[in-house]
Amino acid sequence: MKTTTTSKTAKLHPGPERGETMNGAEILVASLEREGVEVIFAYPGGASMPIHQALTRSKIIRTILPRHEQGGVFAAGGYGRATGKAGVCMATSGPGATNLVTGIADAYMDSIPLVAITGQVPQEMIGRGAFQETDFFGMTLPVVKHSYLVMDIHEIPRVVKEAFHIAQTGRPGPVVIDVPKNIQNQTAQPIFPPDLTLRGYDLPPHADPVALNEVIGLIKSAHRPMIYAGGGIISSHAAGELLEFAERTQIPVATTLMGIGGFPEDHPLSLKWLGMHGTVYANCAVNESDLLLALGVRFDDRVTGKVEKFAEHGTIVHIDIDFSELNKNKVVRLPIHSDIKYALTELNRLLSEGGYERHSSKFTLHGKWFNQVQQWKERYPLDFQDTEDLIQPQYVVRLLNDMTKGDAIITTGVGQHQMWAGQYYQFKEPRQFLTSAGLGAMGFGFPAALGAKVAHPDRQVIDIDGDGSFLMNVQELACAHIEGIGAKVIILNNQHLGMVVQWEDRFYNSNRGHTFLGDPRDRARIYPDYVQLCTGFGVPCERVVHKKDLRAALQRMLDSDECYVLDIMVPYTEHVLPMIPAGKTYRDIIIDERHGKFEG
Amino acid sequence: MRHTISILVENRFGVLTRVAGMFSGRGFNIDSLNVAPTNDPSTSRMTIVVRGDDTVLEQVTKQLHKLIDVIEIQDFRDGGYVDRELVMLRVNADSENRSEVMQICDIFRAKIVDVQPKRLAIEITGNESKISKFLRLMENFGISDLTRTGRVAMARVE
Repeated sequence: MKTTTTSKTAKLHPGPERGETMNGAEILVASLEREGVEVIFAYPGGASMPIHQALTRSKIIRTILPRHEQGGVFAAGGYGRATGKAGVCMATSGPGATNLVTGIADAYMDSIPLVAITGQVPQEMIGRGAFQETDFFGMTLPVVKHSYLVMDIHEIPRVVKEAFHIAQTGRPGPVVIDVPKNIQNQTAQPIFPPDLTLRGYDLPPHADPVALNEVIGLIKSAHRPMIYAGGGIISSHAAGELLEFAERTQIPVATTLMGIGGFPEDHPLSLKWLGMHGTVYANCAVNESDLLLALGVRFDDRVTGKVEKFAEHGTIVHIDIDFSELNKNKVVRLPIHSDIKYALTELNRLLSEGGYERHSSKFTLHGKWFNQVQQWKERYPLDFQDTEDLIQPQYVVRLLNDMTKGDAIITTGVGQHQMWAGQYYQFKEPRQFLTSAGLGAMGFGFPAALGAKVAHPDRQVIDIDGDGSFLMNVQELACAHIEGIGAKVIILNNQHLGMVVQWEDRFYNSNRGHTFLGDPRDRARIYPDYVQLCTGFGVPCERVVHKKDLRAALQRMLDSDECYVLDIMVPYTEHVLPMIPAGKTYRDIIIDERHGKFEG
Repeated sequence: MRHTISILVENRFGVLTRVAGMFSGRGFNIDSLNVAPTNDPSTSRMTIVVRGDDTVLEQVTKQLHKLIDVIEIQDFRDGGYVDRELVMLRVNADSENRSEVMQICDIFRAKIVDVQPKRLAIEITGNESKISKFLRLMENFGISDLTRTGRVAMARVE
């Protein structure tokens, strides 16, 4: 009875909501509030001041002041990655806006929902080389899912509604809204549209049932089936469906870096992740499979190596929400255009009807293949040579994993530490590993951790960083301290750009090309002094040099309510292994000498 | 190989840049591009001639489809369409050979749009083969200036 009344009322007032008269900046803020925005990372400047003024009056939106626009956009990206809701950031025109570009490109490469708002010079000044003017709409075209330059105050509510819809649906991505200052200052009575029409934007596609039946047929006849699952699983909230699918079909799962957490890594069917620094067993299994189910992935070169040789003997099924990803990097036998959650739900239904029961152990369906995979796991495990007193970076991550029971949200910078974080932490659920995978943007880890912590204040959020990457957005220590954001930082400090050093060792005869980050006049000194640096920002920090001190230091960091930094000294001579050199195949994988030569 | 694609887009700020930028950003080559509003002023039609094999064409259409301002794509691969191009050119023609030029124009149903003592300005419409034949003939007289619209196309509908 009640429901009927409600729906009747809704029918009686189907029209748009008409607001009070206000200025453009206030209309923008009111529109953001209607999209459920709770936090915005915004750095003010001349062309965005009216919006900041309006934000001071918002009772809903928390405005967080980063100390650099790049910190703001990475924090918004971290928020987007941690929640699946669009992270929102704002900057002024010109230099403020250009500082956002890296973070927008990062969100574009990794399909992260993000709305970036920028102030623009007044309309009559556009194109005249005005103070702090850049053509931000033009500048960001190649790295956005969509963008707007607002030309009329009455467009604001529709533009904001569209922007959030586009950023968060389908294959997610960044949307830019550029708002000239004169429009922010004009006044109008806003009309907030109840819904939107986008003629050129399709709803998420649903797989063709014939194709799905064909997949079931392929699974039935396969002897060495394998799942290669990517970020699409996480964007589409399909981790539960993937788990069911794997357990019904008893097919092992390797994820991509973006797919980490899309399948629990402590599950016996998990082979962790594949690619350049993925596990030997994941790379072997994918490449020697006779059926490869590629789910929500894009055949990135860091995954495939030499793409023509990738999984060359297997039948490949590729399911993706983005039509343009099908047959783009790799031509496959069965491309299926579909939202992955829909496809997996349907496949699970077909499997269930076909008598495929769920199994979480005793995988007998492809027994021989499963045993082969187990052999690879035992023969080539993920491990490292530990040392007595010296702290190995992998050891730090493994210990952290034990101490946090694998429950923390981990963010990273880019480089060796990023790979070790992915390798030695055991991720169990989606949105637990936040990393700049596609763009590979150093400096991502710390601001992203702040964004994630704001989204999940009750969870442990830890940035596992390198000394190079951390320094790139070190100014956000101020944001963490002043805003009281209790994200933690572990710097795996080797005084070098470790990954570049590793490539120098492998491919350039160890000739150092500006990869030493310490003080060349005093190599014994640790530079910069992060303890002093953090003290200046009011953030507690300790340096750890000896292995015996590590556990207690980690415990103090974990117990802290506020931002806490551990500067952990590690050797720069350590390499990330295994490693498939760029453009090579899994047969060329470099493994730890202790395991002998790779024999397949 | 050259393909003709017709796309219906929102008649909005920046759409042309977005489409053109997609081509350059992904390394596709545009042979010609024509854009103007349709009978519905909220939409424009672009006719793009693109160079590349079938794989390239497939990617081009898929990437175009991803652009939010692109409403509809028609890929004229199977010949079920009519296409035309308009070319304006200035040809060297004095009293001695003017009549010869005009005769050729007659055969090709080209129009003389301006006459000067030593030059003729000509307008011709047609499909690719007609236009290229005409231009080859005109080259004998010397073409001093030329401008063309690029191809426009429309599907044949029963």
